[in-house]
Amino acid sequence: MKFIVSVLVIALLSLAVGLFFPWWTIAIVAFIVTSLIPQNPLRSFLSGFTALFLLWGALAWLISSNNEHLMASKVALILKMGNSTILILATAIIGALVAGFAALAGSFVRKK
Amino acid sequence: MRILPLIISSIVTTGLVVALNTKLLLPAPLGKLLSPQQGVWQNAESSEASFSEDFKFPQLTGKVQVYLDDRLVPHVFAETDRDLYFVQGFLHAKFRLWQMELQTHAAAGRASEIVGKIALKHDREFRRLGMVYAAESSLKEMEKDPQTKLACDAYTEGVNSYISSLTESSLPLEYKLIGYKPEKWSNLKSALFLKNMSENLAGHDNDFEMTNAKNYFSKEDFSKLYPSYQDSLDPIIPKGTIYGKPSIELKVPTDADSIYLNKTDIAVTTQEEKPDRNNGSNNWAVSGAKTKSGSPILCNDPHLGLNLPSLWYEMQLHTPQLNVYGATFPGAPSVIIGFNDSCAWGVTNGGRDVRDYYEIKFKDKTKREYWYDSAWKKTEFRYETIIIKDSATYMDTVAYTVFGPVMYDPSFSGGRASNSRYFSVRWKAHDKSNELKTFMQLNRAHNYEDYLSAISNMKTPGQNFVFANKAGDIALRTQGEWPAKWKGQGDFIMPGTDGTYQWQAMIPFEETPFQYNPTRNFVSSANQDPADSSYPYYLGRGYPLYRGIIINRRLQNINGITPKDMMALQTDNYNVFAEMAMPLLLNNISESGLAANEKKLLRFLKAWDYNNAPYSRGATVFDVFWTNFGKLVYDDEFKNAPAVILRPYESTLLQGILSDPTYKFLDNISTPEIETLADIATIAFKNSIEELEKAEMEGRLEWSKFKDTRVNHLTKLEPLSRLHLSNGGGTHSINATKSNHGPSWRMIVSLTSKTEAYGVYPGGQNGNPGSRFYDNFIDHWVAGSYYPLWMMAAGEESSNRVQWKMSFTN
Repeated sequence: MKFIVSVLVIALLSLAVGLFFPWWTIAIVAFIVTSLIPQNPLRSFLSGFTALFLLWGALAWLISSNNEHLMASKVALILKMGNSTILILATAIIGALVAGFAALAGSFVRKK
Repeated sequence: MRILPLIISSIVTTGLVVALNTKLLLPAPLGKLLSPQQGVWQNAESSEASFSEDFKFPQLTGKVQVYLDDRLVPHVFAETDRDLYFVQGFLHAKFRLWQMELQTHAAAGRASEIVGKIALKHDREFRRLGMVYAAESSLKEMEKDPQTKLACDAYTEGVNSYISSLTESSLPLEYKLIGYKPEKWSNLKSALFLKNMSENLAGHDNDFEMTNAKNYFSKEDFSKLYPSYQDSLDPIIPKGTIYGKPSIELKVPTDADSIYLNKTDIAVTTQEEKPDRNNGSNNWAVSGAKTKSGSPILCNDPHLGLNLPSLWYEMQLHTPQLNVYGATFPGAPSVIIGFNDSCAWGVTNGGRDVRDYYEIKFKDKTKREYWYDSAWKKTEFRYETIIIKDSATYMDTVAYTVFGPVMYDPSFSGGRASNSRYFSVRWKAHDKSNELKTFMQLNRAHNYEDYLSAISNMKTPGQNFVFANKAGDIALRTQGEWPAKWKGQGDFIMPGTDGTYQWQAMIPFEETPFQYNPTRNFVSSANQDPADSSYPYYLGRGYPLYRGIIINRRLQNINGITPKDMMALQTDNYNVFAEMAMPLLLNNISESGLAANEKKLLRFLKAWDYNNAPYSRGATVFDVFWTNFGKLVYDDEFKNAPAVILRPYESTLLQGILSDPTYKFLDNISTPEIETLADIATIAFKNSIEELEKAEMEGRLEWSKFKDTRVNHLTKLEPLSRLHLSNGGGTHSINATKSNHGPSWRMIVSLTSKTEAYGVYPGGQNGNPGSRFYDNFIDHWVAGSYYPLWMMAAGEESSNRVQWKMSFTN
């Protein structure tokens, strides 16, 4: 339950801060959320990772589908990532890694 | 708190963010780029995207409505000129900001700021040519004139209003990919944009190359290799036109003929970047006597480098006093090529030589004084600061003489001048002028007199302005402020110590060759010589001849013309050059001794109908064969020539063998035998086989595949470009589509009481590579089809052609 709540809260807050602040504020969000909702380090990491993997993956996929993958297929070639699906996956994993490690750090704030 | 794990995981997180937000570790800041809410995903325009929006800007005096049609062409309805040009600037920026900034940075010699050291040579070249100096002097004239000042000020405000509204997420894709931000627009940038067109169209010269050729060859050979007049010429203003006595009497310097003979220390070995010699175009107008409707039809297709986003942006501009439609330049106010309710106009490049070099003798290395007309004169200096991305700033000092900037000196050879001497450039584009006024007035022209008055402002780049109106007039004027030159002046480098070599005067407007309602009922131009040799001023050399010949032949023979006929003519692939060359050459290729496959390739050539059709194999065989033929004829003569030299034009070789089958240069001077035309033609054909067989094996023998037309994104990034387009045509065809150069805007205007107009350009209205409007015209352009150009009238707001509405208020 804690895991699902953490994932949801991190994803929603990341979506909100993304509207106004630089992309890396997702790290701050993940850090604060896992420092407030206690879980073991692995679960904390996974909640940050899952939240941003889903959020960025879904956003990128949605935007790209509405665009008939026109932009993604071009930028994927420029960044040497082959095709739009890989670009969407890369987007999801980048968000996931940053939020995951920030969430991991957050989990160490609480006294065990 | 678990301190150690906390510190370690925090460091890892920070490290990740830094790596993904900068280029320190990765080639691109991937986190920043791929963030869905700010990065490149934000440039992926939804295919259902709406462009309707309401804007409020305090700078506006009234209401402006913009109706965007299904091709994303804006129809701008404003109450005042000020509001109109404000919105034009805003829309240019909204759809094309990145290219506007890139092109004006490049014009100002500031490309290094964006792309780094790789552009330093370009930047120095442009600074030393005096591009900013020229734009500044143009700007002064533009701001002196109330009409152009108002337009420029409003336009700049419009562009800047858009730039101010940009956020991290709405930045154009290229800024995100390269990693920088736009700066504010200014009137100087519009002047720079127009000056860039001057560089493109009036920046070509062969002075060093010709000087070397003159030094290298004997006088007799030189005049054969570089004739100043071609017999087959069909000039813009037809042969037989009577010209009055010239009002300017030119004094030819006494040693003009001999001065550069046998001076061989000018050359170096690399080549500089030069504007494309083929920056040409076609335009013509036929009078009502030749059309089905009884009204004139005007056609224009400017040939330029083909880029994405396109140089052109289509617009309609409307106020209670103005209604004009056509192709605009993102970077400057007004319509450049188009039509209004009364008339239509178009341009081809004038192509005369207006860029000459003078060798300067400085007193010493400080360059403070130079010898001119038997005295030491003081030099002026301009200090150029070139900021380079990721590198130290480069300072360049450019000396200015009476002629202009000392472009080439020991610190900068440009790849063409000597590294030990000093050359000042005299360039017409440095002179005071206000070209923007030409277009402001043409947009508002009603009749022939208005047209004359408008184009009298066009000084550089000189253009052949075609005109037609609903009153039935047609006209063409080889417009420009042209230096009156004595025969041969400026073909070679001139001495900078002797004032008699200066340009002495400009040809008066009244003595510019023109045609107005001629009896042949059409006017045309295709960059060929403006007039025949009876014109009293020297016109220079090296004009392309062949498109003009075929256009005039076609127009002569056609009557009852419809816009459809004109579309067929603009996209005509017929190669008149091949028609003239082939019979003689085919007769001289000996078939004996050819292998089976070689005979097959020869059959393609023999069966060819001289059409550079996309599927034609004969066109490819001819192209390769002619290139090899030219090499074989001249390579021996040029074997020991300096690297910076002009090779004879194709027309020279063709004229040479047509008029004299024992053409002197046919003989290979490195063999004891005397080669004949038959020998050379046969060897040239055999030399072509390897390349042709390779093309055949790779499935590229068809002309369009061999030519392989592409439209490059301005960064040349292939994923943003359109490659392998199946266009026919070529250099000598009316459809002058080459591999990366060709008809950049095709327009046909029938001046019937309700104007009927068609057009297409190889691009799309939206410069965003993530938009479906980025390149959606290209396939249409390749197919040779046209879009009807919709001159929207008041009251048509609810037409189903209107897809989106923008409204602007204060």
